[in-house]
Amino acid sequence: METLAIYAPKLVTASDYIASGHRACSGCGEVLAVRYVCKALGRNTIISNATGCMEIVSTPLPETAWEVPWIHTLFENASAVASGIESGLKALKRKHGYTKEVKVVAMGGDGGTADIGLQSLSGALERGHDFIYVCFDNEAYMNTGIQRSSETPFGASTTTAPAGKLSMGQHTQKKNMPAIAAAHNIRYVATSCSSYPFDIMNKIEKAKQIKGPSYIHILSVCPTGWRSASNLTITMGRLAVETGIFPMYEIEDGKYTLNFDYPKLRPVEDYLKLQGRFRHLTKENTAEIQEHVLTEFNRIRMLAGKKIK
Amino acid sequence: MTSKRVGIESSLAVSEAVRLANVDVIAAYPITPQTHIVESLAEMVANGYLDAEYIPVESEHSAMSACLGSCAVGARTFTATASQGLILMHEVLLVAASLRLPIVMAVANRALSGPLNIWGDHSDAMITRDAGWIQIFIENGQQAFDQTLCAFRIAEHPDVLLPTVINIDGFHVSHVIEPVYILDQKSVDEFLPPYKYPHPLDPDDPITMGCFAAPNLYTEARKALDASVRASKKVILDTWKKYGDLTGRYYNPVEKYKADGAETILVTMGSYSENAMIAIDDLQDEGKKIGLVRLRLWRPFPYEEVQEALSAAQNVIVLDRAISLGGPAPVCSEIRAALYTLDKKPQVASVVGGLGGRDISPDNFKTLIDLAMQKLKAGETQEIIMFGVRE
Ligand SMILES: Cc1ncc(C[n+]2csc(CCOP(=O)(O)OP(=O)(O)O)c2C)c(N)n1
Repeated sequence: METLAIYAPKLVTASDYIASGHRACSGCGEVLAVRYVCKALGRNTIISNATGCMEIVSTPLPETAWEVPWIHTLFENASAVASGIESGLKALKRKHGYTKEVKVVAMGGDGGTADIGLQSLSGALERGHDFIYVCFDNEAYMNTGIQRSSETPFGASTTTAPAGKLSMGQHTQKKNMPAIAAAHNIRYVATSCSSYPFDIMNKIEKAKQIKGPSYIHILSVCPTGWRSASNLTITMGRLAVETGIFPMYEIEDGKYTLNFDYPKLRPVEDYLKLQGRFRHLTKENTAEIQEHVLTEFNRIRMLAGKKIK
Repeated sequence: MTSKRVGIESSLAVSEAVRLANVDVIAAYPITPQTHIVESLAEMVANGYLDAEYIPVESEHSAMSACLGSCAVGARTFTATASQGLILMHEVLLVAASLRLPIVMAVANRALSGPLNIWGDHSDAMITRDAGWIQIFIENGQQAFDQTLCAFRIAEHPDVLLPTVINIDGFHVSHVIEPVYILDQKSVDEFLPPYKYPHPLDPDDPITMGCFAAPNLYTEARKALDASVRASKKVILDTWKKYGDLTGRYYNPVEKYKADGAETILVTMGSYSENAMIAIDDLQDEGKKIGLVRLRLWRPFPYEEVQEALSAAQNVIVLDRAISLGGPAPVCSEIRAALYTLDKKPQVASVVGGLGGRDISPDNFKTLIDLAMQKLKAGETQEIIMFGVRE
């Protein structure tokens, strides 16, 4: 990583496929992640986008921010649409002399992926279509106003699981989407985060080389939904990784690799205290979160064949 | 033109038409009574009899979604479904129309839950009425074959670019073995030009499909789509004319059977029309002045043709094979609306029957007509007659 950091600016393309002028909130980590994903994908790409923030901010009729062919149809079917695109291109190649090499990509938010879109994603992964699925996980239904999803973290307050006198907000742990994707025996699964452009681009590059489905889950910082300062977006993502709250790893042919490990993880407090969605948490709540994070991080360490610290 | 007359199940005749159309992608999910269509297509693909990508999706929602994708890159696309499958697709059906993707679909019409019922009626088609699809009804296996081929030509015509559905009565047509003339490949190729979608998703010419429209543009977008659905009639008529010239089998939006000069006209849609014809034959033999009008084109709704066919009658009896709970029967409601602007309006009786696979035999049709005539005579035309129901 260190050497790459020196040479990287020379290696990264200046081309962008999502234009500036979109209407994302200031400090949006999700649109930043989309930008890096697109840089790595390049121009020979067709994107199927689920309903959600990224669709809304980029395509108010008659405008578009997209410079690659892009289709949005509904909330829960981005993977199924991608299945059709991939199959259509295959038929065109075989029967009608189509020669272009195109990578098909489906993308959606955590709601479009882990909740309402899970069935169509599972179907497309299981059928083995040659496509990349990218989940931009901002940990709630942000487009419709910060409602909880199955990817909302334990303890976060959202508009449909608000903290109140009788509730601490979200009382369930994040659904383990990467493990669900990996359970389809696909060749490449990875997690990444909007604060790590080179990590995102490297992982997309890897996914592009795979024939068949791959899945990339990108934690995408959302100042609006997380109630964090919009100038802290990069910091927030780094803290999520450095506290171990969001481990960055790859699952290649079933084998785990932990990409970022630290001699000592930062306390979760460093991350939680900067976000209004966790403001109501008690010391005990925070301790509970800390314990869970260490257990989970160690579980990934173990899967990656590392010693437990 | 050459064609071969074969004894074939109507579902398989549809599959033969799809094969002759040389489709590129089929995305489908099983549901009775449609399953024979997608099974036979799967078999054709497995045996190399049809060169297509067959996507065995995990739901009808995904079937129609996959169709959006394949159609949008320029692949000729087909699917088939029925009943719960069709209504699970609903969200996606509307998008197919609004994105102007010429998907062709066969629906083996079936009742809707609940109670669960796998047999035929038109509930699934009626609830799909407003989706923006061109919607055609057929009465037998030959028509199923013919209209499936025509559907590709209509849907993909550059002046149309709209998804098109062929409604095939579940079991009463889908599962019946009939003699059907199957066209040869050469004639089909002459009739059906290759699919060329004008704006495919293409990295060399990137387009954005599926923008959202704010209040400042949504009305215009819907108006444009409505205008396109209405305007498609021209191409539909032209296609049916061409197909008639090719095969000798001519089709019309509204088809009359012994209806000229009739005082009373029965209106039906779909396969029960054939039983109705037998009843009409008998009644005319008895000297009754009754004829039959069959509706073939359901969307775009053929107002002028309906007016033309019914305006001279005194009485019109409309049979619906669907119920609109708490409202007027759907086909009858359209017919009444079409007749409303006439100076001299026929009286209209509304009958609902044949729900969930219940038969209406030629003799039943005579009873049905009697009942309706009594109501018409008594001037009781507001009430819907539920035919053949046990009270
Ligand atoms: C079938 C359906 N249900 C609900 C909605 C409303 N809806 C649109 S976007 C959205 C939330 C999107 O959340 P997510 O997938 O997490 O993406 P984000 O907006 O956070 O990027 C919801 C609930 C819809 N469009 N369609």
